[in-house]
Amino acid sequence: MIRIDSLTKRYGDLAAVDDVSFTAFPGRVTGFLGPNGAGKSTTLRVLTGLATPTTGRATVLGRRYPDLPNPGLEVGVLLDASAQHGGRTGRETLVLAQRTMGLPPIRVDEMLDLVGLTWAEGKRRVRDYSLGMRQRLGLATALMGDPRVLVLDEPANGLDPAGIRWMRDLLRGFADDGGTVLLSSHLLSEIEMIADDIVMIGHGQIVASGATHELLGGVGTLVRADDDARLTAALVSAGFQATPRGDGAVATDAGLAAAGEVAFCAGLPVTELRTADGHGLEDMFLELTAADQREDISSRRTTLAEGVAA
Amino acid sequence: MSAPALDAVVERRATTHRLPIPLSRLIDVESRKLVDTRSSRWLLAAVPLLTLIVVTGVTLWGREDEVTFGMHTTTNMMPLELLLPLVAVLSVAGEWSQRAALTTFALVPRRGRVMVAKAAALLVVTLAATVTVVVLSAIGTAVATRVRGIEAVWDLPLDLALRLAVANVVVVAFGFGVGVAIRSTAPAMVAYLGFMFVVPMLSSVVAGLWTWWAENGPWFDLSWSTSFVTAPEISGDQWAQLATSALLWIVLPTVLAVRRLLRVEIR
Ligand SMILES: Nc1ncnc2c1ncn2[C@@H]1O[C@H](COP(=O)(O)OP(=O)(O)OP(=O)(O)O)[C@@H](O)[C@H]1O
Ligand SMILES: [Mg+2]
Repeated sequence: MIRIDSLTKRYGDLAAVDDVSFTAFPGRVTGFLGPNGAGKSTTLRVLTGLATPTTGRATVLGRRYPDLPNPGLEVGVLLDASAQHGGRTGRETLVLAQRTMGLPPIRVDEMLDLVGLTWAEGKRRVRDYSLGMRQRLGLATALMGDPRVLVLDEPANGLDPAGIRWMRDLLRGFADDGGTVLLSSHLLSEIEMIADDIVMIGHGQIVASGATHELLGGVGTLVRADDDARLTAALVSAGFQATPRGDGAVATDAGLAAAGEVAFCAGLPVTELRTADGHGLEDMFLELTAADQREDISSRRTTLAEGVAA
Repeated sequence: MSAPALDAVVERRATTHRLPIPLSRLIDVESRKLVDTRSSRWLLAAVPLLTLIVVTGVTLWGREDEVTFGMHTTTNMMPLELLLPLVAVLSVAGEWSQRAALTTFALVPRRGRVMVAKAAALLVVTLAATVTVVVLSAIGTAVATRVRGIEAVWDLPLDLALRLAVANVVVVAFGFGVGVAIRSTAPAMVAYLGFMFVVPMLSSVVAGLWTWWAENGPWFDLSWSTSFVTAPEISGDQWAQLATSALLWIVLPTVLAVRRLLRVEIR
């Protein structure tokens, strides 16, 4: 279990991570989704003790990562596959990890086998590895200590389709076994396929979180009126959750009839009323991604399913 | 991926133990890192190779009064004094230049322990290299007496031998400090070599112009005070000069740099 608690990390004026809280549960794959520069890697660096938070805290298995006596045995970490010593052979890289963790030497060959690196590839220098091979090597290091938690930053980068499929199966198996997986990505399609829960971050803040099927499954209703702010307010005061999507439409958990009635009572002519098509998350993600959409994100924080945090 | 391999991952789960990582294991790992890349291997191999060349040269062509065991040993330490500090620089700076620090400190978040292990590994290597040079010098002395028909002079007092070891530890410690402070291979190497060659030069120029420095320079100039350590005789004052200059150039900067290193963000 991973718990991120009101975590803030500032670099000078820039809040790279701004009051972020979420939990990654055992038995589930949690996808940490966000566009470039959203603060994913920063969060994961703080989580693994490589950076200190400005405020807030992050715990793994109930403890701060630096307090784990032998972290490799509890948490498998792969933050950047290209951050490995190019002068060492792949095998030697694994031997160093195996010795540090105090594991039997046989683990090295088991791990090479597990991630699909051949004996000959293991003897080559990491400098000569392709990105995908480095990714596999990094995964081998992460999995070697047989951890209960995996923290992976964009692990699919550089993997071929077969490799992505392989990794998906591996992470699925790991979670089904009771393990906790937190992996980041900037690709919704990738996260969608693999994650049970999604935490979406933009400009350092959480913009959506919840179970994948709820976030993507088209729950709720979409109402559109000329004045989306008043519509949102009306829905909220009627006891529903409502989020303006920025394009005049409002996403709400009210049923079709209830949403229409609220709008009618508020005197707002409805221009569109339908079941949400489930692409709200994707729209939101694209909006975050678009460079010209850099206004205040917190104004459109979604309260869609808060399932993960609850 | 094969199914048995995955099963192995799953099965080992039960046996996970949670003892802290002992320092001895970290020293073992850090020692291994000193020799497990091509550049570090070459650098370390260059020490005995160069020593062998110097030994051979002095043995065959050195002036007769140079071919005593004591003189031999002192001369033969030169390659070691030049190269081992570079090994120390690489050992620390390489982690950052190659970004291997990301894995190192993810596996051992107590960064201070990693640095202690690195220092200990370097100390062991330095002492081993010193002993090797002494042994090679003894062989050289013996060979020279045979080949040149001169009388062997076994004049290496224990205290000089120990002082040679101290001098080597001092330069390696300085290299380590430079690595910790600069944390980037190329600039750190330049800084170290600059110190080795430029500072003594400047210091002697200043000493020529300024008599105060000529008298008191060794209190501050580490390369100057280190040169006393390998001289046949050393006074108590000179030990004190080694201590103050080492404090200034090694202890203080290393402590400050390590403190920063413990907090700095690893990326
Ligand atoms: N050491 C640092 N100093 C200054 N700013 C930093 C530092 N590290 C990260 N940042 C800034 O923090 C923000 C978040 O960066 P981060 O690397 O966490 O993004 P990310 O979500 O991982 O993006 P990507 O998908 O590109 O990997 C960026 O604006 C980045 O420029
Ligand atoms: Mg990143």
